[in-house]
Amino acid sequence: MEKLRRTMLFVPGNNPGMLRDAHIYGADSIMIDLEDSVSVNEKDAARLLVYHALKTMDYGKTEVLVRVNALNTPYGREDYEAIVRAKPDAIRMPKTETAQDVVDADALMTKIEQDAGMEVGTVKLFAAIESAKGVLNAQQIATASSRLIGIALGAEDFVTDLKTNRSPEGIELLTARSLILFAARAAGIDAVDTVFSNVNDEEGFANEVKLIKQLGFDGKSIINPRQIETVHRLYTPTPEETAKAARILEASEEAAKRGSGVVSLNGKMIDKPVVTRAQRVLALADAVKARVE
Amino acid sequence: MQNGVKREIPAEVAGIGPLKPYSNQLVGGQAKNTERLKDRQLNPAKNKIIGSLEEAIRATGLRDGMTISFHHHFRNGDFVVNMVMDVIASMGIKDLVLAPSSLIDIHAPLIKHIKNGVVRRIETSGLRGELANEVSNGLMDIPVTINSHGGRARAIASGELPIDVAFLGVPSCDPYGNANGYSRGNTAASACGSLGYAKVDALYAKNVVLITDNLVPYPNVPFAIPESQVDYIVVVDCIGDPKGIVSGATRYTTNPKELLIAKRAADVIEASGYFYDGYSLQTGSGGSALATTRYLREKMIAADIKASFALGGITQQIVEMHEEGLIHRILDVQSFDLRAVESLKDNRFHHQIDAEYYASPDNEGCAAHQLDVVILSALEIDLDFNVNVITGSDGVIRGASGGHCDTAAGASVTIINAPLIRGRIPTILSKVNTVVTPGSTIDILVTDQGTAVNPLRTDLLANLKAANIPVCTIEELKAKADKIVGEPAPIQWEDKIVGVVKYRDGSVIDVIRQVKRNS
Repeated sequence: MEKLRRTMLFVPGNNPGMLRDAHIYGADSIMIDLEDSVSVNEKDAARLLVYHALKTMDYGKTEVLVRVNALNTPYGREDYEAIVRAKPDAIRMPKTETAQDVVDADALMTKIEQDAGMEVGTVKLFAAIESAKGVLNAQQIATASSRLIGIALGAEDFVTDLKTNRSPEGIELLTARSLILFAARAAGIDAVDTVFSNVNDEEGFANEVKLIKQLGFDGKSIINPRQIETVHRLYTPTPEETAKAARILEASEEAAKRGSGVVSLNGKMIDKPVVTRAQRVLALADAVKARVE
Repeated sequence: MQNGVKREIPAEVAGIGPLKPYSNQLVGGQAKNTERLKDRQLNPAKNKIIGSLEEAIRATGLRDGMTISFHHHFRNGDFVVNMVMDVIASMGIKDLVLAPSSLIDIHAPLIKHIKNGVVRRIETSGLRGELANEVSNGLMDIPVTINSHGGRARAIASGELPIDVAFLGVPSCDPYGNANGYSRGNTAASACGSLGYAKVDALYAKNVVLITDNLVPYPNVPFAIPESQVDYIVVVDCIGDPKGIVSGATRYTTNPKELLIAKRAADVIEASGYFYDGYSLQTGSGGSALATTRYLREKMIAADIKASFALGGITQQIVEMHEEGLIHRILDVQSFDLRAVESLKDNRFHHQIDAEYYASPDNEGCAAHQLDVVILSALEIDLDFNVNVITGSDGVIRGASGGHCDTAAGASVTIINAPLIRGRIPTILSKVNTVVTPGSTIDILVTDQGTAVNPLRTDLLANLKAANIPVCTIEELKAKADKIVGEPAPIQWEDKIVGVVKYRDGSVIDVIRQVKRNS
């Protein structure tokens, strides 16, 4: 079944109340943060808290990622040591710049998994790309490890690196978004877009979600549960879309039975890409249905 | 016999009995009180106005052992209770029964009046703050009686709780006692909107003293309290702090958990079978209840459904839906914000009702009995759906019975909105610490982690299931919470009873014991 990653909700790793409730809002993934939302003097406490939360909480069907500190910081290694043992679905690497960053993380995780008697590859990897260098290396990053399930754009650091800032239209992000998306698709992994910080700007947020969906992203990082509904609404196929996809598949199967290569529905030609898209719509609808149940 | 206007009047008429002949010398030897006529022009602000609180108290004949009452429409901005009690204490009157509609944090000075013997017993809807804390720690020899709003109105009307003197603060009043919870013309005056709880006291108390800082010319119409019910008026500098009396605006919450609960509750109402054109509703002023109103509004517009009336504590949100044409009538026993006050003043279909009309169980047609949907809160709820809104997780009194059990009993669908866990305290217990509202009147519990239907309501359960609303049992919800925070250790109580919780019919549904001191 299609893995849903329409929404990846950021949860500060130093907030017990939010850790307790992170999954109840229905985000497809939660990303518990040990990095930028945790101040230096709380790094150890947050690491312990997140470790125990992962060991204690039942997050149900929600995918759980933990964003650790980078390995070139004083906290990165200890984060990996603790978090891999707590077995989240994946670790999200911040500020990934080269394929070597991923290779290093993979090697460390392999060692920890072996030390802990876990099956190697249990914990997956998700790489956030937050600099011009990282964007240019996106293709190599995306194929650097078999653990890698997706890459994401972290826009705040990225626009700073570019010497600009974020605009409502997001023109400054277009190249980065496209390159990351191409890299993900070429590698056969997911691509998740960056956060939209102004929670009260519902219209601006919806516009951005429409844009990144049109570009091809699998979903969006979000900072507040109030943003979930908008993303899910825009990403979930409507009943009309589902019905149309079903008709396309039906017509295509009908044609296959008849041994005919060319199919048409209501006068429009249906070729393989159309069928593939229809299959994707139905898979997404099925995944949403399963998620709700 | 000739009477005062020289007509022949028989001493007796068969079937009627003895007759009293008209004298023509009714007041001071005159039929018409010319003194009063003169006085009304020379001194229009005199009539029932008495010089000071002390004089008024003396005039009512208040003495040891009597029962006095107040209203709580001024909420935490109230100056009246403390002001009156200080004067009563200075006059040496003791052993009083204090029967206000409720008591709040600002009434902490009552502690000294309890300690010095001025107050012997309290009947109230709620207690909060330092006073509540002291009472829970055994301050009083006689337990506090907790009444619901409907139960208090019933007790007063039936004579079970006779009020000797009601001291009622009023935001506007004319010299004869026509009084209201707002003011026309004087925009600087305090306003509380509806005087719904005070109206009962004014109607039934033996003596009624109005206390105001805003004397307006006769006739102060429309009025909440008519002059015919008023004995004395005392004008003071200030009846309260406007900021504490009414909040400027009740805002919608942005708390994602409250929004989640609210959305679920609105979905539940829509699917309940009681969401129809002409339905009626009461929602509170709490975060998730208000947000439920907003989601309901969207559903009402989408389905072209209008409510016949909204009841209870009224907020800006209800007023706006009324103005949009989504709610035909507002029945207002208590106005929660400035917008509700303004609407009560200006809109004739926003109607002020008293607590007896609102919820007295002796009044079969009371508005609470006409409700389709009510959304209530809970500090605790147990596996039998019994609800506690009076004592906190530490066993200390910190809430009010209010209209909780009245509307729960009256409404077709009674919904509790509550988070599954507060901090690290679970909301669902095996047994609540204090029962205020019996579980047999609670229909649905909506939490952030699931919705449970009282097994007694098989009809509602079937309706929700038919609408694909995810439903679980209350036991499943409890297990979910216990897995995270564990089951709390039971509270340690002393034997001494500090509170008697009455159900709306006057029967006792529970008692509250003194919390054990930390040794």
